[in-house]
Amino acid sequence: MTAGGCLVALLAAPALGAAIAAGSRRPRVAEAANLIGSLIALAAALPLPFCAAHGDTALLGDYLIVDRLSAWVSVCTALVYCLSSLFAIGYMRTLGEDAKLPTFYGLFALFGWTTLLAPLVNNVGVYWIAIELTTLVSTFLVAFERTPESMEAAWKYIMIVSAGISLALLGTVLIYWAGTFSLGPSYALDWATLTAAAPRMSPALVMLAFLLALVGYGTKVGLVPMHTWLPDAHAEAPAPVSAMLSGALLNAAMVGVVRFLAIANASQVAREAHVAMVLFGLASLAVAAFFIVRQERVKRLMAYSSVEHMGVIALGFGFGGPFGTAGALFHMLGHSLNKGLMFFGAGAAMRSYGTTDIARIRDFGRHFPRVGVLWLAGAVAITGAPVFALFFSEFVILLGGFDQRFAWAAYLMAALLILVFIAFLNQFRIMYHEPGEAETDAPARISAWCVTPMAIALVPLLVFGFWWPAAIWNYFEAAAHALGMVAS
Amino acid sequence: MTLTALPPIAASIFGLLAIAALLLTFVMLGSRWLDHYLYAFAAESWMIAGLSATVGVYAGYPELILIALLTIVFRGVLLPYLIWRIIQRQAADHEVEVILRPSSSLLVGAAAVIFALVVAYHIGADLGLVGTVAVLALTVMLAMKLIGFLMLVFRHEAISQVLGLLVLENGIFLGAQILVPGMPMLFEIVILFDLLVAVACFGILVRYLRSAIGSTSSLGLRKLRG
Repeated sequence: MTAGGCLVALLAAPALGAAIAAGSRRPRVAEAANLIGSLIALAAALPLPFCAAHGDTALLGDYLIVDRLSAWVSVCTALVYCLSSLFAIGYMRTLGEDAKLPTFYGLFALFGWTTLLAPLVNNVGVYWIAIELTTLVSTFLVAFERTPESMEAAWKYIMIVSAGISLALLGTVLIYWAGTFSLGPSYALDWATLTAAAPRMSPALVMLAFLLALVGYGTKVGLVPMHTWLPDAHAEAPAPVSAMLSGALLNAAMVGVVRFLAIANASQVAREAHVAMVLFGLASLAVAAFFIVRQERVKRLMAYSSVEHMGVIALGFGFGGPFGTAGALFHMLGHSLNKGLMFFGAGAAMRSYGTTDIARIRDFGRHFPRVGVLWLAGAVAITGAPVFALFFSEFVILLGGFDQRFAWAAYLMAALLILVFIAFLNQFRIMYHEPGEAETDAPARISAWCVTPMAIALVPLLVFGFWWPAAIWNYFEAAAHALGMVAS
Repeated sequence: MTLTALPPIAASIFGLLAIAALLLTFVMLGSRWLDHYLYAFAAESWMIAGLSATVGVYAGYPELILIALLTIVFRGVLLPYLIWRIIQRQAADHEVEVILRPSSSLLVGAAAVIFALVVAYHIGADLGLVGTVAVLALTVMLAMKLIGFLMLVFRHEAISQVLGLLVLENGIFLGAQILVPGMPMLFEIVILFDLLVAVACFGILVRYLRSAIGSTSSLGLRKLRG
């Protein structure tokens, strides 16, 4: 199948799923519509990197582009969307609000659609609109349970993120203005045109536009200090939505940062832009590490881990070069799968124990042997322990950092990763092995719908930890060249 | 259009409208009444529409006249009406409690304008555009951005925060009309539409907030921390 056919299926399936789910009054129909939509989307996304490896394809009058970056992120997003849809079936039934399920799945599929759309957009302005759409849809998913806490989280989310990405809009206007001096007053607002014009743009203006875009889209990515909405929204949303926010949405916004970085790479301020990326990445890693140490709630723990991993990805792109870029791209996939797994486990634990307090989740491994093993393996994987995929991507990013001017940042990164490793696993030790204060009621059982996606997510994490095919390596190297990450 | 070759009358009109919009932002920053915010916002949108039309006429972009009309319909009439309805439905008192007194906020706002001027001057010097209307446009754009953020910080009533967000976008729109009049029109139309959707979402959320928390002040939102 051609890239065009895949793209149509990729975008039509969730949109149709959303329409059927919202239109049907029956919860089971809505579940099925969303799940089938996500399965078709996944099937359509998987061939995209193979198409992209043969060259970029622009579609729909240049408004959409399948290049190496967008194809890769599409696969990550589609995987998380599919796994979350599976998990949602088991999880949402335990809420006991069957009447609201069609609305939920309608919004969920729409959210899936917007996060699949955004990375593929080729137009700087339309990309901004797509990101704004993801916010508007997901706000209602965050607010879905209508508790005071979830309302607070939703309000914080929409205010902070909207204010943040208005900065990205300013950045978009300024980069367009910078282009008008060499391209004339009207030209196509696509990434390639801007990148081609970048060498002739005013360095001060490019830097200002890049910083605005970095802070603006960085708000959505959850880079410190713009991350304040993230732990609240991730913790208060229903677990499948948290998984989507973390595994799909953050990547979709990171694409914008990386595209602006590619423009900066072609201009005269490439060095400064990379320094800014590294600084934001380190700040995210550091702040997240300290919040992981003293965290008391299980889903906020996962949320701060997302801030940490977005910091790692920002560091990867900030280090640049073939290693940094390859590591960062691979980290996107690993993080999407792994954080999905972690949020699924956290959601299941939260529902079966009826609490979000880490202190009150006890003997998890004894109560749930199967889920317990999967969740613990996920926890080991997400801290970047060897034999799992994230170990390799973090290792490659560190390699990219050591052999150049960012060596100091790479050492700091390694130290912070070790701190996160200890702190994160200590939280799991509490949940698995700390003796409970008093024998509480036995936790409710966890449905097979919730266990299956956790098991599925673990398989690629383990496989890619052992085996990184040469084709993927070539793919990343070509992507690094296309993004201007490799100094020529 | 080159910004250096504008007829003086055009440059004067641009400057006048931009500064009028900036002053209206100060009205919003200094006032304590929701109604005043709303009128100032509507008036500001009309200024921006006027600016679009003038740029369209003087610089030869007839499509900007269409944008001006759309700006009047969406930003000048429809958005204020939607927000007015949200305010009416809440039936709350229309006076906003402020964290900082109006006089102090005005002072901070003035500092923001000076900062914006310094940044704009540097950029202008880098591009060789000092003394043109571009520096003024950039100043107003950045200043409205900063003041919009100030409004988000200093006010905790949900509606005034929404209005703060809209000021952020008004600033960008205003600057874009002067700096990049040739920017693809589709983009501007979609953004106008997008704003409408955003405000509708805010409206629903404000209603939820009121039913879940019992107030629309963000001071009541302090459960989530750490």
